Amino acid sequence: MRIKNRMSGNEALGQAIRQINPDVMPAFPITPSTEIPQFVSNMIANGEVTTHFIPVESEHSAMSAALGSEAAGCRTMTATSSCGLALMWEELYVAASSRLPIAMCVVNRGLTGPLNINAEHSDSMGARDSGWIQIYAENNQEVYDNMLQAHRICEHESVRLPIMICQDGFITSHAVQNIVLEDDADVKAFVGEYKPEHYLLKANETMALGPYANSPYCMEAKRAQAEGMIQAKKVILDVAKDFEKMTGRKYGFFEEYKLADADYAVVAIGSAAGTMKDAIDKLREKGVKAGLLKVRVFRPFPGEEMAKALENCKAVAVMDRCESYSTQGGPLGAELMSAMYRNKNKAEAINIVYGLSGRDVTVSDVEGVFERLADIAKNGVKDKQYTYLGLRG
Amino acid sequence: MALKASQINDETKWQDLTEGLQIYEPATSKTFETGEWRTQTPVFDEEKCKQCLLCVPYCPDSCIPVVDGKRRAFDLMHCKGCGICVKACPFDAISMKPGK
Repeated sequence: MRIKNRMSGNEALGQAIRQINPDVMPAFPITPSTEIPQFVSNMIANGEVTTHFIPVESEHSAMSAALGSEAAGCRTMTATSSCGLALMWEELYVAASSRLPIAMCVVNRGLTGPLNINAEHSDSMGARDSGWIQIYAENNQEVYDNMLQAHRICEHESVRLPIMICQDGFITSHAVQNIVLEDDADVKAFVGEYKPEHYLLKANETMALGPYANSPYCMEAKRAQAEGMIQAKKVILDVAKDFEKMTGRKYGFFEEYKLADADYAVVAIGSAAGTMKDAIDKLREKGVKAGLLKVRVFRPFPGEEMAKALENCKAVAVMDRCESYSTQGGPLGAELMSAMYRNKNKAEAINIVYGLSGRDVTVSDVEGVFERLADIAKNGVKDKQYTYLGLRG
Repeated sequence: MALKASQINDETKWQDLTEGLQIYEPATSKTFETGEWRTQTPVFDEEKCKQCLLCVPYCPDSCIPVVDGKRRAFDLMHCKGCGICVKACPFDAISMKPGK
């Protein structure tokens, strides 16, 4: 039965994992994702799932065990954050290049240092070139919904790539919201059984995985891997359509909030989008044509589609919850501006780094961004194109 | 239908490679010439050899075939020229010559 219940983002993921009932979950605790393996362990103890939990001694081991069990033919999930994700780095690339569709809950937290535990996208953004699909959520409902769609995307025969389901540490992972949980049987039917064509434990087939590839093969192998990411775009939209049929909730590569006629737009990933919507509502009451493009899918990067959605804007602020130290801005800024250049967008674009290490973003902060955009549309970019939001000094 | 390992070579297009370069058949290392890595080559002196077979288990690449209880010529398709067999032989029946 479909029920409405109040829960945190981590609890929502716990419910999604209960309904998916993966074969194997190796995991190592790290704040703020620790609750996810904790919930799964409780559910195993209560007999609610048949998942085999592997307690490991580090995240390096967690992802190594995930590689092994996925290669063996088991639907495998794990969860991590921040430095835990960093410790998985080596295996992230192996999972993608070996075409092992592991699903990982990433609860975004800044990488140390300075040492901190709060929301920031530097962990998963650092892994943006590892070949994993990345889907981000604004709120707890989206976290749950993205998780239900994950396996249909990553295990699809034309994709076969690992997937990160990302949410903002504490802001969505620990804050409680009312969400709709779908019916267990409906979810089971929607997600389906995992039936890989090749796997190590398949009877009557001998298989070698991850062979050494020298220079005559590596480029071709990487191009073939990139094809999986290209195909993922169609699969993500197809799965979203099926999901909408089941739930009535619509998903795409990104959400356009009052963007169709917007003169000024902000582009952002994650929970801050909610605050931005409030600011936009206030500005719209005053007659300011403000809008938001909220990125859901970051890998594959829907650059062309986003550039087209921003085509009629006069000024755009691309918001990064991550510092890349390139001196040019953050990763979303770099990639989206490049896409806008290719699409010959006429809008002036700036890149703003905000909310690092869980720094609050307020409605008035966002109103300030739109004021700046209105000035830029009128007078051009006078100050720097890449700045920090709410920085002292 | 996935290509067999023996059908994949440095002319193979990216579209024809197996997913993740996976291989779906056993013992494909037999068809892979690792002998080309060699910079020096073992030479077997049949006169001096007492057929003690001590060199056989020492060879890390199983390149010394034994037929009817006697060792035969080196499998130079797989021998990487490490020279361990030279040290293992108590009768100086194996020596290394430079090159392939």
